Amino acid sequence: MNLEAFQKIAASNLWGNLLPEIYLVALCLLLLVFEMVFRRQDLLLLFRVALWGQVLLLVLMGLSYFGGFPSGREELFGGLLVQTPLTETMRLFFLFGSLLVSYLGTRFLRARNLARTEFFAITLLVTAALMLLVQSNQFVLLFVALETVTVGFYVLVAYARTSGYSLEAGLKYLIMGALSSGLLLFGIVLLYGVAGSPDLAGAVGDPLHFPSLAQFIAAHPDNTLVLAGSLLVLSGIAFKVGAVPFQIWIPDVYQGAPTPVSAFLAVSSKAAGIIVLLTLVTGPFAALSGWTIPLISTVAVLTILYGNLTALPQRNVKRIMGLSGIAHAGYLLMGVVAAMTVDWAVGAIVFYLFTYLLASFGVFGVMALLSEGQDADQELDHYEDLAKRQPLLAAALTVGLASLAGIPPLGGFIGKLVLFIAAFQAGLYTLLAFSVVGVVLSIYYYFGWVREAVFRVWRSAEGAGSATPALPEPRSLTGLDRTALVGLSVLTLILGVAPFVLTWFLQL
Amino acid sequence: MDAFFLYLAIFLPFGLGILLLFLPERTGEGAVRALGVLGFAVPLAVALFLALRFGSAPVEDGYRFLTAIDTGLSSLGIELRLGLNGISLPLFLLAGIVGFAAGLHALQSNAPRLRLYIALLLVMQAGLMGTFSSVDIFFFYFFHEFALVPTFVMIGIWGGFGRRSAAIEMTIYLTLGALLSLLGLLLLYVQSGAESFSLPALRDALAAQPLGETVASNAFALLLFGFGILVSLFPFHSWAPRGYAAAPTATAMLHAGVLKKFGLYGLIQIAYPLLPEGAGNWQGLLVWLALGNVVLLGFVTMAQRDLKQMIGYSSVMHMGYAFLGLLAFSTVGVGGAVLLLFGHGLSVALLFMLSTAVYHRTQTYDMQEMGGLIGKAPILAAFFAAATFASVGLPGFANFWGEFTIFISLWETYAWALIPAALGIIISAIYGLRAFSRIFMAEPSDALKEHWEENQVQDLQVRERVPACILLAGLLVVGFFPAVVTGPLDADLPGLQPAAAEASETILPHDATESSRLAATAPAAQEGSAVR
Repeated sequence: MNLEAFQKIAASNLWGNLLPEIYLVALCLLLLVFEMVFRRQDLLLLFRVALWGQVLLLVLMGLSYFGGFPSGREELFGGLLVQTPLTETMRLFFLFGSLLVSYLGTRFLRARNLARTEFFAITLLVTAALMLLVQSNQFVLLFVALETVTVGFYVLVAYARTSGYSLEAGLKYLIMGALSSGLLLFGIVLLYGVAGSPDLAGAVGDPLHFPSLAQFIAAHPDNTLVLAGSLLVLSGIAFKVGAVPFQIWIPDVYQGAPTPVSAFLAVSSKAAGIIVLLTLVTGPFAALSGWTIPLISTVAVLTILYGNLTALPQRNVKRIMGLSGIAHAGYLLMGVVAAMTVDWAVGAIVFYLFTYLLASFGVFGVMALLSEGQDADQELDHYEDLAKRQPLLAAALTVGLASLAGIPPLGGFIGKLVLFIAAFQAGLYTLLAFSVVGVVLSIYYYFGWVREAVFRVWRSAEGAGSATPALPEPRSLTGLDRTALVGLSVLTLILGVAPFVLTWFLQL
Repeated sequence: MDAFFLYLAIFLPFGLGILLLFLPERTGEGAVRALGVLGFAVPLAVALFLALRFGSAPVEDGYRFLTAIDTGLSSLGIELRLGLNGISLPLFLLAGIVGFAAGLHALQSNAPRLRLYIALLLVMQAGLMGTFSSVDIFFFYFFHEFALVPTFVMIGIWGGFGRRSAAIEMTIYLTLGALLSLLGLLLLYVQSGAESFSLPALRDALAAQPLGETVASNAFALLLFGFGILVSLFPFHSWAPRGYAAAPTATAMLHAGVLKKFGLYGLIQIAYPLLPEGAGNWQGLLVWLALGNVVLLGFVTMAQRDLKQMIGYSSVMHMGYAFLGLLAFSTVGVGGAVLLLFGHGLSVALLFMLSTAVYHRTQTYDMQEMGGLIGKAPILAAFFAAATFASVGLPGFANFWGEFTIFISLWETYAWALIPAALGIIISAIYGLRAFSRIFMAEPSDALKEHWEENQVQDLQVRERVPACILLAGLLVVGFFPAVVTGPLDADLPGLQPAAAEASETILPHDATESSRLAATAPAAQEGSAVR
């Protein structure tokens, strides 16, 4: 390398653009220091530091947009990272998600006697890594960020170390995660090898860099190693997304993991997977659209059908959320396919992700508040008469589930609508047909759940002792619980009746 | 200025519904009732007022009282655009009348958790007023769902026997129908290349550049079956009788009376005028399905013992006539269909209301267990007889004009279908009169006599009579002065006619002029390419 190249790289070392990630990691370290200094783990203090620290970051990021939301594309660190309006929006998305996870985590940790600092610290670290993941523009950074996320999740999933479910989930996630990392890495190596090989015409200097790789792949779209490598890379990402056939871990892991972690996996991890997939298929693998479009379409159909069909007979609510989350990944994959031909479909995906975040955290929040830590065995029967016992929880649950099912006038409906319009413009009629089948199927379990919670139950007098053991009666809701649940429901409603608050922002 | 009233009719009931939910617990019954009456009366007042102003209002893009608000999805062509034309005005009026009657009925019904019940009904009313005044097809769908969702909740909470399974069956069925029609609407929007979801814009875009035969046919099929499920077209009808039987009365009145008309309204307002090429392919099938509604479900209706189920089936059956009216898609047929929708909406709402009144006096819906009520409640009997006659289609009621004009239009297209259709009239007369004689004339069962000895049975009370009179008045006014509805219809239906005329050409591909024109254009096209 000559001096000029170094100068260029040095000039693009814009550390300032990574302040949110740096801030999060610093906050994570600060929490660890707190533990050393104060010895006793004061949950309230830790929680306040984590929560207000993140709120402060959200406010600071919001203030920084007064000069205008970032537009255009900026490469940092000699092309390691790239920042676009999409990545900026996703940063906000992840920050919002981790705020909610921290909040739910407090509730969970209060009920269980577990280490406390680490939960918040790892959540913050994973969030920073998720932010880097969607900005990465080079395979090494992508892999490192992805592994940071995954390793963080290994710990989080098995966090309730006294619970057999949680340990089982942790083990399953570890094994499947290691497998998928292996696939991803192998794919990267194949691509690196073939694109950097001087024997082939058009070999590029930096084969891990997305734009250079895109150039090479455009020149050799039929090369066997390119095909194998990209297929393996996509498989590794499909694991994160939870797409068929890499969905097998989801129900067990979601059920076993502590509820806040299930929510984290369901929302942030899945969203990151979808965005990375989007970056890959529209970036380096754009020239392979000849087979990636049919492949992802097929996977999307199978994912939608698998998620919805397997969720139908479930009684365990965490498994329902896991399996229906697979179905949502399927709809999002349809959006990814649409985005390969219709530009604005990216905005539709992000809008969908936001509605999914609000609705999922609403539902997971109710689950966490109801279960008081004993959360792996929550059955539909536990929701009987919820409307009478806890009207606020029942209302929040109904709004969340209805939004997930895509019922107007909630945000989920607008999310599905924009996704469907995008798919129409891309001409994906078969996928649309399967999506509709999926949505109709999903009504059964979402509505069945609402039915348990809201409808009157007529019990026979002697049938008072029901077969399912009762959950411990939840504590009364704090002001923060109310604020969080009402806030999520109201935001879901706002996205439904006034979508412009987000569409304007996304420039959709 | 008139446009402001449209917003008022939608957002006032909605706002009051939300307000009722958030009122403090100790709010008196009186305040709830006053707010409820206000919320149901204003849409009716607006509908009547706009109906009076209709003739003199200026026309813009085929609509009157046109108005629009940006919603932030305008880059996707979605705008809240309201207005009325001759087809939507009768249904808008119907929604106002039935909504008011159902609201009054609910307010005096002693339902537990009355506030929530009224609030949900008000939200439903807002959705109904919005559906029939939307010019933008996205909001047309959106408001429909707005009205539909409270239905499920109301069935689940205040419903009767079998409500849990009925609610979920209805939810799944209707969501399927709604999604299919949504896909059809989106397909129409995307394929037409129009800039917006507004109906006039779509019409212009399609007039400038018609869809291909296949696309039009597919889009029409999506709309036909999507809307068909929502209107309980045979064989997609099974949700309706069960759902209505399980639903609380005011919900059944609003759904069977008004909301169900959404599907046919969509076909009349959107599918047929915009996709005449597509419609041609499906008419041959539709006539059989519609006759299935009329004849097969007519027989099923005759076999019912449960009064509410019977009314539910009869409402499904009469929708068949409305579909028959669409077959010709002539001014006469569509006009008849709209008239029938109007009349049927009022009469079925009245029947559902009266069936509840019967239930309160007999404690059963099983008609075999009833009898002799005429001695106890003669006024109820008179109302019930009037509602039954209206539903059968006797002259003097709005339904008569609807069925009559539909038969005339049928003569021009599928004349053979007149025979089974007329059979349907006889069937509906049989089950209607038989129900009347069983409930009011027959010897009461022992259980019923016992019940009557123990409890004082009163005739129809004033609070029940008021909504019944409102519905009956609507039936009679249109029955004697059909011009109330046909006037605005005549003004706007011919606007849809050119498209329909083209359709009749494409329905008959062997038409001499058509094939000769094709023959004439084909060589010209070849010449053109050769020159290039």
